[in-house]
Amino acid sequence: MSRLTLAVLIVLACLLLIVWRYFSLQVIEHNRYTTESERNRVHVQAMAPKRGLIKDRHGILLAENRPSRTLGLVKERIRDLEGVLAALVELIEIEDTDLQRFRDQLRFARPFEAVPLKFNLSEEEIAILAVNQHTLVGVEITAELARYYPEGELYAHVVGYTGRINEREQAQIDKERYDGTHHIGKVGLEKQYEDLLLGEVGYRNVEVNAFGRIIREIESSDPQPGTDLELYLDSRVHKVAHDALGVNRGAIVAIEVETGGIVAMVSTPSFDANQFVTGVSTKQYSEWRDSPDLPLYNRAIQGQYPPGSTLKPVFALAGLHYGVVDENFVVRDRGWYRLPNDSRQYRDWKRQGHGTWVGLHQAIVESCDIYFYELAFNLGIDRLHDFSAQFGLGKRTGLDIPSERRGILPSTTWKRNVRGQAWFPGETLSAGIGQGYMLVTPLQLAVATANLARRGQSITPRLVKGPVSDTSARSVPNRLENTEHEWQMVIDAMVDVVHGERGTARSISRNLSYKIAGKTGTAQVVGIAQGEEYDAEALAERNRDHKLFVAFAPVDKPLIAVAAVIENGGKTGKVVGAPLVREVLDAYLLPLLTPESDGKTANTQQAADLKSEPIGAGNGEVG
Amino acid sequence: MSSGDFVRSMQGTATSFQPAASHLQRMHIDPILLLSLAGVCGFGLMVLWSASGQHQPTMLRQCSFILAGFIAMLVIAQIDMRLIRRWSVLLYLVAIGLLVAVIFYGSGAKGATRWIDLPGLPRFQPSEIMKIALPLTVAAYLSGRSMPPRFFQVMVSVVLIIIPTLLIGAQPDLGTSLLVAVSGVFVLYFAGLSWYYVSAVVVAAGVSSPLIWNYVLHDYQKQRILTLLDPEADKLGAGWNIIQSKTAIGSGGWQGKGWLNGTQSQLDFLPESHTDFIIAVLAEELGLFGVLVLIGLYLLVIGRGVIIGLRAQDAFSRLVVGSITLTFFVYAFVNMGMVSGLLPVVGVPLPFVSQGGTSIVTLLAGFGLLMAVSTEAKRITR
Repeated sequence: MSRLTLAVLIVLACLLLIVWRYFSLQVIEHNRYTTESERNRVHVQAMAPKRGLIKDRHGILLAENRPSRTLGLVKERIRDLEGVLAALVELIEIEDTDLQRFRDQLRFARPFEAVPLKFNLSEEEIAILAVNQHTLVGVEITAELARYYPEGELYAHVVGYTGRINEREQAQIDKERYDGTHHIGKVGLEKQYEDLLLGEVGYRNVEVNAFGRIIREIESSDPQPGTDLELYLDSRVHKVAHDALGVNRGAIVAIEVETGGIVAMVSTPSFDANQFVTGVSTKQYSEWRDSPDLPLYNRAIQGQYPPGSTLKPVFALAGLHYGVVDENFVVRDRGWYRLPNDSRQYRDWKRQGHGTWVGLHQAIVESCDIYFYELAFNLGIDRLHDFSAQFGLGKRTGLDIPSERRGILPSTTWKRNVRGQAWFPGETLSAGIGQGYMLVTPLQLAVATANLARRGQSITPRLVKGPVSDTSARSVPNRLENTEHEWQMVIDAMVDVVHGERGTARSISRNLSYKIAGKTGTAQVVGIAQGEEYDAEALAERNRDHKLFVAFAPVDKPLIAVAAVIENGGKTGKVVGAPLVREVLDAYLLPLLTPESDGKTANTQQAADLKSEPIGAGNGEVG
Repeated sequence: MSSGDFVRSMQGTATSFQPAASHLQRMHIDPILLLSLAGVCGFGLMVLWSASGQHQPTMLRQCSFILAGFIAMLVIAQIDMRLIRRWSVLLYLVAIGLLVAVIFYGSGAKGATRWIDLPGLPRFQPSEIMKIALPLTVAAYLSGRSMPPRFFQVMVSVVLIIIPTLLIGAQPDLGTSLLVAVSGVFVLYFAGLSWYYVSAVVVAAGVSSPLIWNYVLHDYQKQRILTLLDPEADKLGAGWNIIQSKTAIGSGGWQGKGWLNGTQSQLDFLPESHTDFIIAVLAEELGLFGVLVLIGLYLLVIGRGVIIGLRAQDAFSRLVVGSITLTFFVYAFVNMGMVSGLLPVVGVPLPFVSQGGTSIVTLLAGFGLLMAVSTEAKRITR
């Protein structure tokens, strides 16, 4: 075989090898490489959905989305980076931490992508940058939607806030749904209804080149915006309640009797929820966290206070139910009470007593402690517990925001389990006037008052009205019933608390165009949990009694039940609950009851209903 | 060579083209070779148009080099082979001189010094001249002596081969130095180098390869070989090129994604897409069919080279034609092999398709030698 023939054969063999190689790549493994090439070419970009809005019952926005402007620098368009940075620092305030983060990000950024330098620019800063635009080539201002609370402080505790997703949340969330979303509901409604508010992420398939630059869009699916929440909250009433509390620490909860809808829920002092959205500064956060006034804490559902006399109507109903007291039962009031075989005197709040013989009506109207010592002693703590439990005390009410506290409704079982001790008879007396171990949240007080207004039907409170269809039975009749006559006795007494000549809240009856049933309360503070190392004056202030008031109105056809707690009687020590509650009742009821209201709103419809059909016992559920 | 019958039958074929051929013969042009080369160049330009991203300056440059190459080819075709044989040694010495000059005065890119700037001449790589000078010189040396070559002649040839190989290797340009060496070795092969030497070289290569690995190869060269074996090991680094080129080729399928529509090539995933890796563009856009067309065109060129070699009238011409044709094949094979992941990545362009200046001129100049041989053969057979 000649050298040439051999060479030709080798050439042909090599070419066959090449052909085989290309055949195997292009035909046999074609699918695999097609996938590879598509993966190279097509990038999927997530488009964050617009978060659902939160509105009050009249459609007023409590939480919305606003474009937040971010200042960014595009590397490939800037020749002198340091010069531009220096110019920017001259023009607007840029913190060192922002600069540091910018430099860190810049190293890994693609040349054509804007690297953020400062978030949440103010209008003024945008204007300054716009004026100097010509000198700032490669400096870009981009907008993305960020949560905004128009009344930052007013609804902070109810609506809550969103914030950057942290590491712990990152581990829990469905990564796909949060693709492109950087914020998540942290507290309040924002947290509770996160799933609805979030919406569904959209996608954009784009063709990119090897450097990641987008060449064109191939296809896209639009994001689905989150569900808008409509609340029972009436921003007008809520604001009245907020202003009524003013500078004082306290909480007011107003609840719609028919639906259980929360009309107002205020906790003061408050904080600006907007700060959490953009990232609250460490200084501001520690200021809030360390403040003795605890602004971050939602007193309406987390504050636990002794109910004081506000629960006396409930205890009266308990006494009537078990037959411990009746219409004619009277107690001899000498200003003190003494247990059999015990020399200790349990005093009335009124040193000289309320007159010799005190009956149920007077005991409620004048808030006579001696009567309720006797009632409680005869009832026993466990029956007091069982009956009161129906009013939602000692357990979470089931309101649709997280972090609600249980309060304490003591019983022998409770004390054995929690304290590991036996119950003492003297403790029953304290419980009988809402002191001792007993603790309630303002929300629980409002819910219990709504139960009174409904004459024995508990109702689960709700913040969100729609579009969530809540089909669960939210109204349950009390198991331990009272007769219509018994209800009338107790409610009549509550009416006289306000309208009676000797009523403890008679001061608010002036110029009332409707009838209020109410009950005052004073809760002794014994080394309250939140009072720590303060100077003597402050300590004294924080040891003053809490002032409470519960009420519902109008009495014939109750529409609203309100509970108010003023910690330590306010800054002056003289602030009481009743006038504040009157303001809230006026704000809610007067537009409903005055004939000249324009007749368009749903509230007017309710006012028309007022004349007919009272909410009767056994009237089942309320939609 | 005992293929007289084959030669005669081919002559018969040639006579059927007589009227047209005679005119071209007077211009010393081999029509089949010319058409095959024109076909490869045309096809190559089409692929380059896409690979360069429809970049007109690139195309103009490429066209002018091709034109220059064809002119060089036609000029060389006119030269008498005896003259060429006489001057080959001088060309070799000039090339060696330039290679030495590159080491001291050369300019370069990417850590290698390959170019030289001479006043009045465009910037070029002296190694390109050596691609032609070496086979010519070795062929001139061996053809004057007894064939097959004796030990002494083999040794002289080896020295002739090793000097430029080392000089080019030092630039460093491993691909070109190996290809230059190969072109000289092919001359030895066609001269009838004893199989004893061939097997000795193979054994020596086998034994010395660990030494070469440890002492001769640069790190980046070793890396290329390692990358060939396992491109996935360094996906974004050394393996990137080969992964992307295999992806481009594989995703082309039978018919390809369409001319100018290759995503790998047009979106810059494919590196070096208009130079060494251009076959991946072809394979992606025109599919396996396109690859087969190119291989077919290459086969036409190689086949014509073989026939010219068969008809060559003297040993020198035969050796030169054999070496140039086979070296051309090696170019194509090594490039197609490396881009598809069969061979390590060495900087070898795809002949007539990759963007490249002097290499196109050199290649066509080499085919000018084939035409000179062809003309001579025809003149004598007439």
